[in-house]
Amino acid sequence: MALTQQHIDQEIAAEHAAYEKRVADGAPVEHHPRRDYTPYRSSVLRHPEQPPVSIDTSRDPEMVELHSPAFGERDITGIDNDLTRQHTGEPVGERITVSGRLLDRAGRPVRGQLIEIWQANSAGRYAHHREQHDAPLDANFTGVGRTLTDAEGRYHFTTIQPGPYPWRNHVNAWRPAHIHFSVFGAAFTQRLVTQMYFPNDPLFAYDPILQSVTDDAARQRLVATYDHGLSVPEFSLGYHWDIVLDGPAATWIEEGR
Amino acid sequence: MTKIDTSGPEHVLPTPSQTVGPFYGYALPFRGGEDIAPLGHPDTVTVHGYVLDGEGDPLPDALVELWGPRPDGTVPQVDGSLRRDPATGAYLGRNGVEFTGWGRIQTDPNGHWYARTLRPGARGRGAPYLSVCVFARGLLMHLFTRIYLPGDAAALAGDPLLARVGDRRDTLMATDEGSGTYRFDIRLQGEGETVFLEFQ
Repeated sequence: MALTQQHIDQEIAAEHAAYEKRVADGAPVEHHPRRDYTPYRSSVLRHPEQPPVSIDTSRDPEMVELHSPAFGERDITGIDNDLTRQHTGEPVGERITVSGRLLDRAGRPVRGQLIEIWQANSAGRYAHHREQHDAPLDANFTGVGRTLTDAEGRYHFTTIQPGPYPWRNHVNAWRPAHIHFSVFGAAFTQRLVTQMYFPNDPLFAYDPILQSVTDDAARQRLVATYDHGLSVPEFSLGYHWDIVLDGPAATWIEEGR
Repeated sequence: MTKIDTSGPEHVLPTPSQTVGPFYGYALPFRGGEDIAPLGHPDTVTVHGYVLDGEGDPLPDALVELWGPRPDGTVPQVDGSLRRDPATGAYLGRNGVEFTGWGRIQTDPNGHWYARTLRPGARGRGAPYLSVCVFARGLLMHLFTRIYLPGDAAALAGDPLLARVGDRRDTLMATDEGSGTYRFDIRLQGEGETVFLEFQ
């Protein structure tokens, strides 16, 4: 029998209730999704069953994981952060500006680090050969961008509002519009791949990937805020999205920065 | 709210992880991502393997990132892994001389990956290793692990992590296939599941 949205909705509700009960019983808040989140079917055979082995980085400040590769000016060109200028013509869709700050858990800006994004076009189609969604490709939009954070940890992208798209997790599965982000911190231990969503999307409740973040407040942190101050007159609408990296970094004092 | 208030630690909470999804393939991988060692360097080693799911099936849509120190144990802090062509914006390639220590490899349609890098040197108390981060469709949060290369039995015997994981130790050890080639499979689930790490 085909898996329906109603079935997935029940599983999402059960996972949410189980989380609420864990927290009520004294368990810690879970900021990240569990890797074994059944409503997202692709996770079922791909999550470790053994708990991860915990490493106390403060006991070994020399470990490779605390010293990330550096990214710098050679790794990007000036317009890599403008996805509307990668082809000779204008892409179709609503232009948007996305900006925010990259911070560590102490609220300090993470400077000079690489942020990469990728996304579907305005019709909800990726420029990927295995993408089978029957929506038009846009010859003037590839949907890939890169930038480095500045001295205040700020990043800035100009792109096109992506469309929602179907994805076959179950019958009538549609993903809310989103932009994928890949972020490097000041250490390998802070590496993050995530997705930014747009405010007030009616698809939020139906999407097991977004709902895999079972903590309501944590899930809200994946949704950008419309920011009129970031909108560019006669050009684009602005969204603000700050990113906070988890995980330890070598202390700044030890590195003399 | 997604404007973070930095006035107190209670407001600075982490951004949740999400899957890399199936369609990162045209965005994140880059030509030469697996060629970390400088061209023709005599200490180059090849590390390769499969990423496997709970049924032992290889993942054609996984992404592996590697970090490694230089053979003298120092960690490179140079950019240039992803050097761009300023005229076209296209990937220009590494310059073939500098060792940045970092590589990114997409599994092929058979779930196989490989990297050519320099044999890492020891740092601190442990045996030398390559750091690994695994992403894939279906993985809601990346996985960290390490690749230890066989060779220095005394250093490996004294490594604190290898000692801690007991009979799962072999999942962190690459197999020597000769000619500087090492096999390292990453098993996400089930029998022989790789030891994955979390850093605190």
